[in-house]
Amino acid sequence: MRKIVTSVVAGIGLALACGTSVRAQDKELTIFWAEWDPANYLQELVNDYTAETGVKVTVQTTPWPDFQTKAFTEFNAHGDAYDMVVGDSQWLGAGSTQGHYVDLTDFFNQHKLGDVMAPATIKYYAEYPGGSGKYWAIPLEGDAIGWSYRKDWFEDPKEKEAFKAKYGYDLAVPTTYAQLRDIAEFFHRPDQKRYGIAIYTDNSYDAMAMGVESAIFSYGGDLGDYATYKVDGITNSKEAAAGLDMYKELYKFTPPGWGKTFFVEDNQAITGGLAAMSMNFFAFFPPLVNKATNPYADATGFFANPAGPDGKRFAALGGQGISVVSYSKNKDEAMKFLEWFIKDETQKKWAELGGYTCSQAVLKSEAFQNATPYNKAFYDTMFMVKDFWATPEYAEVLDQLNQNIYPFVVGGKGTAQEALDKTAADWKATFTKYNRYK
Amino acid sequence: MASVALTHLDPASRAATRGWSDLTIRNMFIIPTLVFLIVFNIFPLIYSLGYSFTNFAANRSEPWQFVGLQNYRELLTDDHIWSNFVITAKYVIVSVAGQMIVGFGLALLLNRSFPMKGLITTLLLLPMMMSAAVVGLFWQLLYSPSWGPINYVFGLGDFAWLSNSDSALYAVAITDIWMWSPFVMLLSLAGLSAVPQHLYEAAAIDRASWWYTFTRITLPLVSPILLIALIFRTMEAFKTFDIAYTMTTQPTAELIAIRLYKQAFQQWDTGKSCALAYIVLIMVLAITNLYVKYLNKVKER
Repeated sequence: MRKIVTSVVAGIGLALACGTSVRAQDKELTIFWAEWDPANYLQELVNDYTAETGVKVTVQTTPWPDFQTKAFTEFNAHGDAYDMVVGDSQWLGAGSTQGHYVDLTDFFNQHKLGDVMAPATIKYYAEYPGGSGKYWAIPLEGDAIGWSYRKDWFEDPKEKEAFKAKYGYDLAVPTTYAQLRDIAEFFHRPDQKRYGIAIYTDNSYDAMAMGVESAIFSYGGDLGDYATYKVDGITNSKEAAAGLDMYKELYKFTPPGWGKTFFVEDNQAITGGLAAMSMNFFAFFPPLVNKATNPYADATGFFANPAGPDGKRFAALGGQGISVVSYSKNKDEAMKFLEWFIKDETQKKWAELGGYTCSQAVLKSEAFQNATPYNKAFYDTMFMVKDFWATPEYAEVLDQLNQNIYPFVVGGKGTAQEALDKTAADWKATFTKYNRYK
Repeated sequence: MASVALTHLDPASRAATRGWSDLTIRNMFIIPTLVFLIVFNIFPLIYSLGYSFTNFAANRSEPWQFVGLQNYRELLTDDHIWSNFVITAKYVIVSVAGQMIVGFGLALLLNRSFPMKGLITTLLLLPMMMSAAVVGLFWQLLYSPSWGPINYVFGLGDFAWLSNSDSALYAVAITDIWMWSPFVMLLSLAGLSAVPQHLYEAAAIDRASWWYTFTRITLPLVSPILLIALIFRTMEAFKTFDIAYTMTTQPTAELIAIRLYKQAFQQWDTGKSCALAYIVLIMVLAITNLYVKYLNKVKER
C-alpha cells in the first residue's frame, strides 16, 4: 500500500515538475478573447510574430455570453491561464482598481501612443479613471454601432415614388432618427414577410444597452456624469427619455419574435431578406459583403448611426483593448509582444486581415477607407463614439438598466420616463453602496 | 466485526497475496468517495454559509466585513427577488403537473403488450437523454415565429412565444414537460407492471368499472412510486437554469436560479448570492420534506 502511495505521489510530482520546466523553456503566450471572426484574424496576425521570434502565441476564445464570466473567474482566482486579455471597455474599472491588469502608463508614454491611436479609442479602451492619464490597455479592435441596409429596396423607383408620396421627402440613407423611423415604418410589411428594422434586444449582457444608449446619446441625453457619478436629472432627463421612446418606437417595426436578439439575429435579418435596415457592430459586417454568407451581398449598403432632433450624433462604442494580466508568469514576454503589435506595419497588416485597427495613420489612409463598403462609415463613426459606465460595479449597473428598460421596450410596460426614473434611483443606490459620493 | 460481515477473500487472489485485508479493500473504495464528498460538497456548503453573513465579493480585493443578517433582510424585502420566486412557483406547478399528467398517461398507454413495444418505449425516452442546453436551443427554433414549425402546425401566424412577456414562461415549461415526461413515464411504468394481475382479474369478475379499477387498484398501488417521481421533478424544476437561460431573456421568465447566477457570476455579489442560495436550499428542503412525510404515510397503508 505504502509503496503504491509513494509511487503515485512521485509520479504526480514528476509530472508537475516536467510540466513547469517545459513551460519555462518554450516561450508561449496566451491571449484570451471572445469567439468571433476578429479573433481568427488576430490568430493569423500573431502567427507572423511566431515566425519572427519563435514565441508561440495562441488566441483562446469563448462564446460571447461567457466571455465576461470566464475572464473574471480567472482574474478573481489570480490565475495565470491567460497572459493577455482583449477585454471589453467596461472592464477597465474592475481590471485596474482590483489589480487584474498591469499598469501600461509608462509603455504608453514611451511610445507616444496618444498620438498614434485615435483619440476616442484611447479615452474609452485604455484610460481609467477618465482623464487621469493612467493607461491599462492598448486599443486593439475599434468597434461601434453602425447600420446595414438593403440598397435594392431603397433604390427601387416604385418604392421611392411611394415613399415620397407618403412622407414628402426622398427615400435615402437616413441622417436622422426621425427618418430612420419613417423608413422602418414604410418597409414594415408583415403580410409580405418583410419588416422595417432589426435592433438589439438581448438583455443577458450589454446588447440592448448598446442599442438604447446610441439613441439616448443622439437625442442629447446621457447615462450620467461618469466623473461625479451624478445620475439624477441626467440619466432620467427629458432628452434621454425621448431617445428611449424612439428605441421603443423602432421595436414596433422589427420582425416577429424580436425579443432576444444580438449580432447573430441582426445579421440574419439581412441575410434572410427579412429587414430593410439592421443595427450591428461593425465587426460583424464582413459576412454581409461575402456572397457565400449573404445572398444579398451586392445589394447591401452601410451607414453610420443617424443624428437626433438637435443634430447631435453619437454611436455606442464596442471594441476592446489588449491588457497584460498581472498574474501572468510571462509579463516581460507579453510586453515585447505589445511592442511588436503597435508597429505601423503590424497595424497595417491587422487592418488588411479584417481587424479594425485603432491606428490613426491607417484609419486615415485612402487604402483603408476604400477597402470595404463599410470602412468609410466606420471611420466616420469612430470620431463620434460614447461608451457605457466603466466603473468596477458596471455589471450591477448594467443589470439594473436591463431590468428597467427591457419591460418597457419589449413588454410595453410603463413609460420611458418611469423606466429611466427607476434606473436613476437604482444607480444612485448602487453608487452610494460603493461610496462613490464623497 | 466489519470483516465478519464481508465475504472473505479467496486466498489465491492477487489482493490476498499482497496482504490486503478485507478492511483495506473496503476503505480503498470508500475513502476516496468520502474525501471527494467532503472536499467538494460539504466543505463549500459550510464555507458558503459563512460567506452569506458577510459582504464578501469575489472580484474585489478590499477586506470583507461581517454584516449579520443584512443580506437575508435585503433579499427578503426585495420586490425583484419575490417576483422571481413567484415566477419559479408558477413554473414548478405548471411543468411538474404537466409532466405527471403526460408521463403517467403515456405509461398507462404503454402498459399492455403490443408489437414493437420495446422500440416505442425507447424512442419515447429520447428527450430526457439530450443535453438541456441543446433542447433549449432547438425549441427556440421550433418556436420561432418566422420559420418555426409550431406556429405553422397550429396556425398561430407570427405569435412570438418567447418574446411575448406573458407566454415566455409557459413556452419554457412546455419544453420542460416534453423533456422530462419520459422520466415520469419510466417510473410509472415500473410501478404499473408491479401491480399484481390477480387484482385486476378479481375486479373483472366483480364487473368493476374501468374508473373504479383505476381509482381503487391502480392509483393506490402506483402512488408511492409516483410520489418519488414528483419529488425528483419538483426539486429539479425548482433549480431549472439551462433550458430557461438558453431560451429566453424575458424578465417574466427569470427563474430564481437565473437571478442567482447573475448575482453571483455577473455582479460578483458573493455574500448576498450565498444568502440567496441558502434561502432556495431551505425552500427546496421544506417542500421535499412535506413530500417525504406524505410518501411515508402512503407506504404505511
